[in-house]
Amino acid sequence: MSLVRSHVLICGGTGCTASGSLSIEEKFKESLKKFDLENEVDIVKTGCFGLCEAGPIVVVYPEGAFYSGVKSEDIERITEEHLLKGRIVKDLLFKDAIEKDVIKSVDEVNFYKRQKRIALKNCGIINPEVIDEYIAYDGYRALGKVLTEMSQQDVIDEIKKSGLRGRGGGGFPSGLKWQFTKNATGDVKYVACNADEGDPGAFMDRSVLEGDPHAIIEAMAIAAYAIGASEGFVYIRAEYPIAVNRLEIAIEQAKEYGLLGENIFSTDFSFDLEIRLGAGAFVCGEETALIESIEGRRGMPRPRPPFPANKGIWQKPTLLNNVETYANIPQIILKGAEWFNSIGTEKSTGTKVFALGGKINNTGLVEIPMGTTLRDVIFEIGGGIPKGKKFKAVQTGGPSGGCLTETQLDEEISYDNLVRLGSMMGSGGMIVMDEDNCMVDVARFFLDFTVDESCGKCTPCREGTKRMLEILDKICQGKAEMEDLNRLDNLANMIKDSALCGLGQTAPNPVLSTMQHFRHEYIEHIVDKKCSAGVCQELLQIKITEDCIGCTACKNVCPVDCISGERKSLHEIDQNECIKCGACIDKCPVNAIIKE
Amino acid sequence: MKSLDELTKIREKAQKKVSTRNSDKKVRIVVGMATCGISAGARPVLNTLVEEVNKRELQDVEVTQTGCIGVCRLEPIFEVYQNGEKVTYVNMDPKKAKEVIVNHIVNGNVVSEYTIGASEE
Amino acid sequence: MENMVNITIDGQELSVPNSYTVLEAAREVGIDIPTLCYLKDINEVGACRVCVVEVEGARNLIASCVQPVNEGMVVKTHSRRVRQSRRTNLELVLANHNRECLTCSKNGSCELQTLSDELGVSDRNFEGAKREGHFDDLSPSVVRDSSKCILCGRCVNVCKQTQGIGILDFVNRGFQTVVAPAFEMSLTEVPCISCGQCINVCPVGALTEKDNTDLIWDALENDDLHVIVQTAPAVRSALGEEFGYPIGTGVTGKMVAALKKLGFAKVFDTNFAADLTIMEEGHELLGRVKNGGTLPMITSCSPGWINYIENFYPEFLDNLSSCKSPQQMFGAIAKSYYAEKFEIDPKKIFVASVMPCVAKKGEIKRGEMEANGLRDVDAVITTRELAKMIKEARIDFNRLEDASYDKVLGEYTGAGVIFGATGGVMEAALRTVVDVVTGDDLENLEYKAVRGIEGVKEATLEIGDLTVNAAIAHGTANASKLLEKIKSGEKDYHFIEIMACPGGCVNGGGQPFVNAETRNSIDIRVERAKVLYSEDAGLPLRKSHKNPEIQALYSEFLGEPNGHKAHELLHTHYQKKEKYNRNK
Repeated sequence: MSLVRSHVLICGGTGCTASGSLSIEEKFKESLKKFDLENEVDIVKTGCFGLCEAGPIVVVYPEGAFYSGVKSEDIERITEEHLLKGRIVKDLLFKDAIEKDVIKSVDEVNFYKRQKRIALKNCGIINPEVIDEYIAYDGYRALGKVLTEMSQQDVIDEIKKSGLRGRGGGGFPSGLKWQFTKNATGDVKYVACNADEGDPGAFMDRSVLEGDPHAIIEAMAIAAYAIGASEGFVYIRAEYPIAVNRLEIAIEQAKEYGLLGENIFSTDFSFDLEIRLGAGAFVCGEETALIESIEGRRGMPRPRPPFPANKGIWQKPTLLNNVETYANIPQIILKGAEWFNSIGTEKSTGTKVFALGGKINNTGLVEIPMGTTLRDVIFEIGGGIPKGKKFKAVQTGGPSGGCLTETQLDEEISYDNLVRLGSMMGSGGMIVMDEDNCMVDVARFFLDFTVDESCGKCTPCREGTKRMLEILDKICQGKAEMEDLNRLDNLANMIKDSALCGLGQTAPNPVLSTMQHFRHEYIEHIVDKKCSAGVCQELLQIKITEDCIGCTACKNVCPVDCISGERKSLHEIDQNECIKCGACIDKCPVNAIIKE
Repeated sequence: MKSLDELTKIREKAQKKVSTRNSDKKVRIVVGMATCGISAGARPVLNTLVEEVNKRELQDVEVTQTGCIGVCRLEPIFEVYQNGEKVTYVNMDPKKAKEVIVNHIVNGNVVSEYTIGASEE
Repeated sequence: MENMVNITIDGQELSVPNSYTVLEAAREVGIDIPTLCYLKDINEVGACRVCVVEVEGARNLIASCVQPVNEGMVVKTHSRRVRQSRRTNLELVLANHNRECLTCSKNGSCELQTLSDELGVSDRNFEGAKREGHFDDLSPSVVRDSSKCILCGRCVNVCKQTQGIGILDFVNRGFQTVVAPAFEMSLTEVPCISCGQCINVCPVGALTEKDNTDLIWDALENDDLHVIVQTAPAVRSALGEEFGYPIGTGVTGKMVAALKKLGFAKVFDTNFAADLTIMEEGHELLGRVKNGGTLPMITSCSPGWINYIENFYPEFLDNLSSCKSPQQMFGAIAKSYYAEKFEIDPKKIFVASVMPCVAKKGEIKRGEMEANGLRDVDAVITTRELAKMIKEARIDFNRLEDASYDKVLGEYTGAGVIFGATGGVMEAALRTVVDVVTGDDLENLEYKAVRGIEGVKEATLEIGDLTVNAAIAHGTANASKLLEKIKSGEKDYHFIEIMACPGGCVNGGGQPFVNAETRNSIDIRVERAKVLYSEDAGLPLRKSHKNPEIQALYSEFLGEPNGHKAHELLHTHYQKKEKYNRNK
């Protein structure tokens, strides 16, 4: 009879894996053996828990003890103290999981308490490589319901009623897209999943695929039934090897159980799923470029119309949705559209997963109901800005989005609201910036990315964004004039207006947004040739302060001999010769050299 | 898998396995597992409790351990938390533990003679 | 009857078929939206963003060349927003372009130049980095200069879709994108067949022909040499366009006159050699039919086609006729028969040819293309290069009096003329073969079934007691379709004519440039072919075997068709080629 009384969940997301969760797993197995607890404790490797800041994460049930930053050498202690003797090791707990000696379980920690995990429901709970665990948590019940109790139109109506909108960034009403594809004429149709998550800093889709791949399989089967397809493709970027692997295993197991293949649940419905890998092109996340890539062609967007719903893969009607969009489908079917649209706002129903990054304490993934304010996300759930620095801006939507400032912190998060405020939801990246960030540099970072990722087909994106970047470089080097700001503005608007696809049309957004909210920083760079945040290297000067003791250490190490001064007297740097290498700063024994 | 019934069967079987991860159990049994407890024989008691709970498929019952409960001379000890109330069983062994499961947990009758109150008389 | 939709363009209401694009619809009301990358049926991609228009209700500007019309659409084609966008996009293209217009061979006929002039651009706005340019002139036919490329994609599509080959594509990404062969190899290292279709569609000077006019000028200056020239049939159908004549004007007489003025000792006609080819090839076909030789027999006069079959379908090499092309036959006869007859040292004879073709420049260099140790042809210039020479010599083409070809190698029949159009070789061959087989002199000598620009044409003919299944394909994508059908056994033919260029030689890679605007509204292949067919119809002799100069050639010199001497001078062989050969 089973003596298992405790489950040790080890996070197997990419972040924690990179930090050593595999060896943690090994060590636990060893320790359990040592203390003879193998029959009483189960080790479960799960998907991403979301609070990546706290990784590697280990959660012990039934207590829900939330250990963070776990190292190999901690394992034996956890095994002996907690698993054997029942004493939770307090000094290894996540900092928010213990307050005044009162231990909070993982569900009670602020980071998780405020979240409503729908897409991430199973992440961090189940072992994604065991299909039975997915089934234990209601897996494939939705598919069963759809195939035996609902017609194609019933399914589509339910999705429409739920108000679900595309989570990849477009925010297009999913039910409507499903309806178009169902209505399209054609005997062969396809469903496809866009798993080419490319925004820098975004890893929502990755976590879903790593932690709950069956949710996608089930959702795609439901979608295929609804629109009349029998084949599906998951287009996933090759830079997600763990996700690819988990998905492959999941597909295998689903096939074994007859949940993929011919006559699923003994009905007329057959469905098969294939994985297609990307090859390092952000533009292949654009729906028509993705389709070209699946067809084996160069990933360049097609003009629309015709839309993929009518002419997609191999010119057949194709339904293409994002991973997170799919992740919501099984629960909408099981719990009903009303349940879903009771969460969130009127026009933006349900929840959204955000990847919190940048200057924030709790870096990681959060899933919150639409309508939550930015302030709540950043300060309540995110834990605020580290080192007591002041909040400056938050960038949403990645390289397609814009930034929001302090005055907008109490705005509700929703598709239309963010657009109204000059940004966009995008796929869910949220990067927080503090007083030490230079907003011009931030804009340049994103534009640099889009310039690199442009496919090169259309003139405004291929040529225009590069010229914009050249102007930004000039600004950051202190070589620009005020006229350049006008040129930048005109060019940005023209590119937005005439580019062929979403990449080009949104590439100027970070620039336009920062120019709108932080114009003074741009002007400072141009007119004063200064960067207050201290980021733009060429605008900084290295100076020797009065703390100088005249030891000549800096003089000796300077590669261009630009420091003058006698022994025991104040040294001076010749700014015209200085190449800003910083060697002198490192060498100074009394920290008398600064960069400003 | 040919039918929804098959799916349901698999689900029920798997749910038992993962129930340890559900943190909203109605009944919590906490076994004292400090050095004193272990040397007094708390482990076999713990194992028996777990075994019985699993055997009887008592989904709402959580068995966990803790450190020293305090009353070391009365080890092995376990406490039953239910509806905000606590019952402390002392001087336990596997046979008594089984009786507590049957009478108290399943049928709702506290086994008074094993409780700490009884031992103090 | 197509469904019509009602739309409004610049305030004007109109009704157009729902298959129209906004571009086509605008033309109906006299608005010519400017385009750059667009080329009808070849490049409809919406990449350059010059043709953008404003559509009410749409958030962004829309590319009119690919946007289908829909009911109730309201379009503005020249609002300030549109004009500024067009101009800026054009300026962006110019910023990354090699603007050495004065020394560029496309000066005056460049579509980018014309557009810049019309839209009034300034080139000051976007100084910055420039894409690295590649210059590749290793091929004897095509010169590639990517510093002038505007990445319109026309060449990529014409090579990939129209010709079914695809040796050019976009390489790298974003600002670094170039149009190049795989791994940016040279054209000589990939299976480029030198058809030159890419040159024809390139709006700028990124793809041009190898200029060989210097060779001709040098030869003409050399008093030691006896310089003669031959002209291909297709040249006369298009040369006039270089001098302002409308497309479809035949200028044979003036062309001959201009060549005489340039200083050629004799001006002959490739059509003469075309008639000769028919003699050889017609008898070869009959021979194979009667003696169980390899069938179907496929024509071999198109060097682009020969390059194609050697690279892609070497299994069909035995099906090729062993005849050299008319150009090569001419050269061989010039340096033997003609030399003897006029007592000229063959080593001193310089044979130049004017061709509509750039593959011919490579053909003359093939090892087998010689006789008695002398190259059949010494230099090839295209129709475009001839026009250049005429202009450089300041000859006033339009005022020239018509002149005639010289005797001995200058007489031709209508059968020779129609070689320049797709189906022409087939028709010419049939006119002779039919007479030979039946022993008759048939009056009904037009075979309309083999004419026209349908990609693959078929005809079955009863000739005496022979049934001949004939097929014609033009453009190598169509050739491939045909060959696959033969391979799979689906089709069975006796005689096939294949031309590498869509439409035949009239649309060869060396013909005058026709800008996209014109190409989008008329089919130049059809218009130019009309010149040839009407010249054919007006000639007294229309069958190759009736050509008295040809008859003289055989009786005085060659003997029998396919005889020993004919084989020595006029026939050749082929070999399989390595597609990717770094040492080509």
